[in-house]
Amino acid sequence: MALVSVNDLHKSFGELEVLKGIDLTVEAGEVVSIIGRSGSGKSTLLRCLNQLERHDWGTIQLADQRLDGASMTPGELSQNVGMVFQSFNLFPHKTVLDNVMLAPVVVKQTPKSEARRIAEEVLAKVGMSEKVDAYPAQLSGGQQQRVAIARALAMNPKVLLCDEVTSALDPELVGEVLRVLENLAKEGMTLILVTHEMRFARDVSDRVVFMHQGRIHESGDPQTLFSQPETPELAQFIASVI
Amino acid sequence: MTDFTTWDIVRNLLLAARWTVVLSLIAFVGGAIVGLVLTLLRMGGLRPIRWLVRGYVDLFQGTPLLMQLFLAYFGAAALGFDVSAWTAASVALTLFTSAFLCDIWRGCVEAVPSGQWQAARVLGLNYLQSMRHVILPQALRLAVPPTVGFSVQVVKGTALASVIGFVELTKAGTMLNNATFEPFTIFTFVALGYFILCYPLSRYARYLERRLYGAGIR
Repeated sequence: MALVSVNDLHKSFGELEVLKGIDLTVEAGEVVSIIGRSGSGKSTLLRCLNQLERHDWGTIQLADQRLDGASMTPGELSQNVGMVFQSFNLFPHKTVLDNVMLAPVVVKQTPKSEARRIAEEVLAKVGMSEKVDAYPAQLSGGQQQRVAIARALAMNPKVLLCDEVTSALDPELVGEVLRVLENLAKEGMTLILVTHEMRFARDVSDRVVFMHQGRIHESGDPQTLFSQPETPELAQFIASVI
Repeated sequence: MTDFTTWDIVRNLLLAARWTVVLSLIAFVGGAIVGLVLTLLRMGGLRPIRWLVRGYVDLFQGTPLLMQLFLAYFGAAALGFDVSAWTAASVALTLFTSAFLCDIWRGCVEAVPSGQWQAARVLGLNYLQSMRHVILPQALRLAVPPTVGFSVQVVKGTALASVIGFVELTKAGTMLNNATFEPFTIFTFVALGYFILCYPLSRYARYLERRLYGAGIR
């Protein structure tokens, strides 16, 4: 059974229909990159997956459980679906360690000592062990984003959503964040990424999904998709970004 | 006519100034408690509750404090409640303060970037958990300077309580003037009294503001 299955998903903002019927399944351990022009609905799709946006029609399932509607509380949802934002959104008044420990302690009610152990483990995974006592403002963008990834991992989610996580970074800091994601992918983490990093999409993902005007226009394995796009829209998009 | 020495005047004004301080404290502490509840209701509650809080804030911001004091004192009497000047002044000033603090604090909560709410939400925190652990600590830092600054308005606002017969600094000044006919001396001392109370608060607010922006909150 697929880990994530999206069925006929529709979403409008007022008059503007942003998602016009999305069907998508993602297997456990799969890395899926969503590409497309801005306004094509990729971020909205991602935000529907963790219910930051409520969709108007269709279903989203996680394994055999509906995650839309009232069937899953935000607390349960956060232990299934993690998210990393373009703008990091670390809590500026908390240290790196406290940022990572907050959700396990408050939401899962993990004892502090255990939460600390988990936090240290995930921070080691993203190479931030040395900065546990720093505040976000003292870190570079790349370091902040790695902490944000650790913060999401601390809830031990089954799937991690990444919304243009390198778009706010200086070019020389992009690599360190992508390396962390690549390692997660190797460890078998299920990743769904909205990205403008075409090389990363091609080299790391198992499948690339091209969105155009609120629909999935084309999808497939990255090598074929990038070398032999079937539709003129995708060919045009690839030409414009590479 | 008895002769009042300058010391008599100052001594009496100082005694009355105690009640200005006490009334200010009551209004400020009471107003802060009511204001905090209103802020939480206005930010999170159901839509009708939000409207109600907004109406309350608009009402108290849109009418003179003097009228609010009259209504609390004479209005309550007309309705058959026997309220003392103390009670009326405390209640009116508390409500007045709460309306302004609610508005100030709402602004501070809204000044926390929406990404903070979203990050808390995707980590599974509910509304109250997000408020307590993520939003309020950040809003609090923003709120301290304008809150301390507003406390100056509260202190000066207590002067109006003199019109319903509450004997504080201003009322004592008026009474002394009726006995001595030395308005210039007396009201200079009265004004000086308010200045001594308010100036340190203004300075402190300015200091806090500089420190806040010096720390470079984002």
